[in-house]
Amino acid sequence: MNPNAHPPSDSATPTAAQRFARGFELAYTGLMRALEPPFAAIQKRIGIKGMAYVFVAPNMIIFSVFVALPMILNIWYALTGSNRLMMEERPFVGLDNFSALLDCKDYLDVNSCKQDRFWRAVHNSVLFVALQVTAMVALSLVTALILNGKLRARGFFRAVFFFPVLLSPVVVALIWKWILQRDGLLNALLMAGGGERVAFLHDASWSFFWTVFVSVWAHMGFYALILLAGLQAIPADLYEAAEMDGTPKWRVFWRITVPLLLPTLLVVVILSLIRAVQAFDEIYVLTGGGPGTATQFIVQYIYETAFANQVHLLGLAAAASLLVAVVLMVLTVLQLRISYHGKTS
Amino acid sequence: MFKQLKTITGGLLALCMPVTAMLATSQTAKAADPTEVRIMWYSDGIEGDVMRDLLDRFEKQNPDIKVTLDRVPYKTVVEQLPALLDSGQGPDLARVTDLGGLSRHYLDLRPHLKNAKYFDDNFASSLPWFRPVNGAKDGVYGVMTQLTLTLPLVNATLFQQAGIPMPGPKATWDDWAKASKAVADKVKAPYPIAFDRSGHRVSSLVLDMGGKFVDGDKPALIDDGFKAATKMLVDWHNNGTMSKALWGSVGGTTYRGATEEFANAQVVFYMSGNWQFTQFAKTVAKNFEWQAVPNPCGPGNCSGMPGGAGLVPIKTTKNPQAVARVVEYFASEPVYEEFHARTLFLPAHLGIAKKGINYQTDDANVKKSLAIAVDQVAQTSPVAFRLQGYEHNRILFNATISRVNQAISGEMSLDDAYTRIQADIVEGLAAKGIKLQ
Repeated sequence: MNPNAHPPSDSATPTAAQRFARGFELAYTGLMRALEPPFAAIQKRIGIKGMAYVFVAPNMIIFSVFVALPMILNIWYALTGSNRLMMEERPFVGLDNFSALLDCKDYLDVNSCKQDRFWRAVHNSVLFVALQVTAMVALSLVTALILNGKLRARGFFRAVFFFPVLLSPVVVALIWKWILQRDGLLNALLMAGGGERVAFLHDASWSFFWTVFVSVWAHMGFYALILLAGLQAIPADLYEAAEMDGTPKWRVFWRITVPLLLPTLLVVVILSLIRAVQAFDEIYVLTGGGPGTATQFIVQYIYETAFANQVHLLGLAAAASLLVAVVLMVLTVLQLRISYHGKTS
Repeated sequence: MFKQLKTITGGLLALCMPVTAMLATSQTAKAADPTEVRIMWYSDGIEGDVMRDLLDRFEKQNPDIKVTLDRVPYKTVVEQLPALLDSGQGPDLARVTDLGGLSRHYLDLRPHLKNAKYFDDNFASSLPWFRPVNGAKDGVYGVMTQLTLTLPLVNATLFQQAGIPMPGPKATWDDWAKASKAVADKVKAPYPIAFDRSGHRVSSLVLDMGGKFVDGDKPALIDDGFKAATKMLVDWHNNGTMSKALWGSVGGTTYRGATEEFANAQVVFYMSGNWQFTQFAKTVAKNFEWQAVPNPCGPGNCSGMPGGAGLVPIKTTKNPQAVARVVEYFASEPVYEEFHARTLFLPAHLGIAKKGINYQTDDANVKKSLAIAVDQVAQTSPVAFRLQGYEHNRILFNATISRVNQAISGEMSLDDAYTRIQADIVEGLAAKGIKLQ
């Protein structure tokens, strides 16, 4: 007889796992039995349809406390003044904060605006959104097209393009700051090559260019991945038919790829647009909004007005954030409509 | 069935036992729990460690009080503490630099102090800085943890290497600018002059150029002195005496120092202050010779700006007696002297300042600099003390920094910057319920 052999299992002695499962079952049954009478009573009172509200209630309570209430508070702050935090200490000022923000002789000349910093931020944001979204969509599309082709080590390249998306925005900004600063890597390379040092982060134009570049670099992988999925959803037989007909490649691109990719492309445009309007973290760490206010965008304006300046102008910041919310809401509705249209067609 | 019930009951009892035990223990502990005093504390250098060490001793002497030192970054004190105080969630004590701006949240410790006269006698010059406008005229609303004075720090080795003598004690800002530029050009240093990006530092230059800042209880920032000083700053940025790489690397009112650049021997003349001494003793060590020099002169003064950090009791504290005991301990002569001797800070305690402190350092650069700093305190202009005591001075500082920076970066002319500074001041004061004009 083998002394190491396991003894035959005794069906009368349950294993630890069985004991745990049995205990859990008992506890669960006990709990259910305990809950049954009160729920039955509620159901009897409000009917089976009303029970849906009972089950949705916990989620709605959490949503109300953490989403709806802050939104209402934000509206209230936008309608009140002073630098005080507590509601009871803030006088009602009506639409004063909005009129202060919108008080401009010429919206294209920020110096004619009462809140010039707000309008500088708006102008910067509009330019940033236009440049960043264009570059983002174009480069993501090119990347997706390349990655969708017959490429050696395709999986590796997909990972390479997606990798920056996984990095924290602060890490992205610090890496690029290290590269672009006065004594950074790029200047070292330029000078080693006999070139002149360039003020990448303290010249207004360069600084703006790099905010766009870094933001595209950091997020392009995400949009390229969405477009890649869109490209792979296009039936291959369409391309095969075009090939048999001898259709030129550019024509295939414009007549097959673009029309069938359009719904995905529009989603990418809207998503990158919303994200570009919200740009803050990377840029705040990379340039701090400088030099001057050359790279200060709308979210940084709101943050600094509400929290960073010595006098916390919470009302003004709340009003500005509501204006941004309206813009974002329009963009979101647009995205939903496009998605709906894409599905139905 | 009976067996199942027994199992459930047994399980519930087993679950309840540790809870019961924990409750019992907490009740017993509660009876013997010391009163907790929480301090929100930021550090520039080693003062947090020194304070903790001193508080450990306090706790041994006072077992009924436990002091928790919540160490936070300076940004937290500037951005989050005001919101905490407004919402009544503040700590018992906090280390702050905006002494006047937060004063409505301070507690008058006078009724809780054993010997309030000690504070009147030894902190007479700094106690008014903490007092709220509508507070008690003799209130003890805080005690300075350090007195600071803005003054330039100079890389003496770079001057030696360039073979250019350092300007003397009564040299003007122009003299220093020319000398620093000449040194930087000769030794290829990238930053002839660096200023901390701080309204407080710029105010030293304004003060020396004859700026008055305040007229009675109203701000009067834009005068000839202010204009001369800000024009100087813009010109220095345009002619390469100051580099846009420092002020230009951030926006808004964000603070930007040049400590790293100074420690890397890239800066010839660094306008900062005495609180940097401990840091440079560590980071520069013996790599090069540096020292503080007397504040340069202008047509108005040869003065630095006083300032510093204070330990302030918060009026929402539930333990004013315990808070008063902590403050009395910290302000007591031997403890206060030891804190300053170890941190190399300037004391606000008049008795200790008169007697002199035996600073605990062997660093020759620091010793030389401390001697200059102590001498400079005595030469500080009354205008500077008045500005430091002005409750809304931060509104002036912030407006100056953000708008002058826009002029430096070429976004607006200096004249436009002055108009915007005035508008920012009016807006800031209006938010505090003060109407100008």
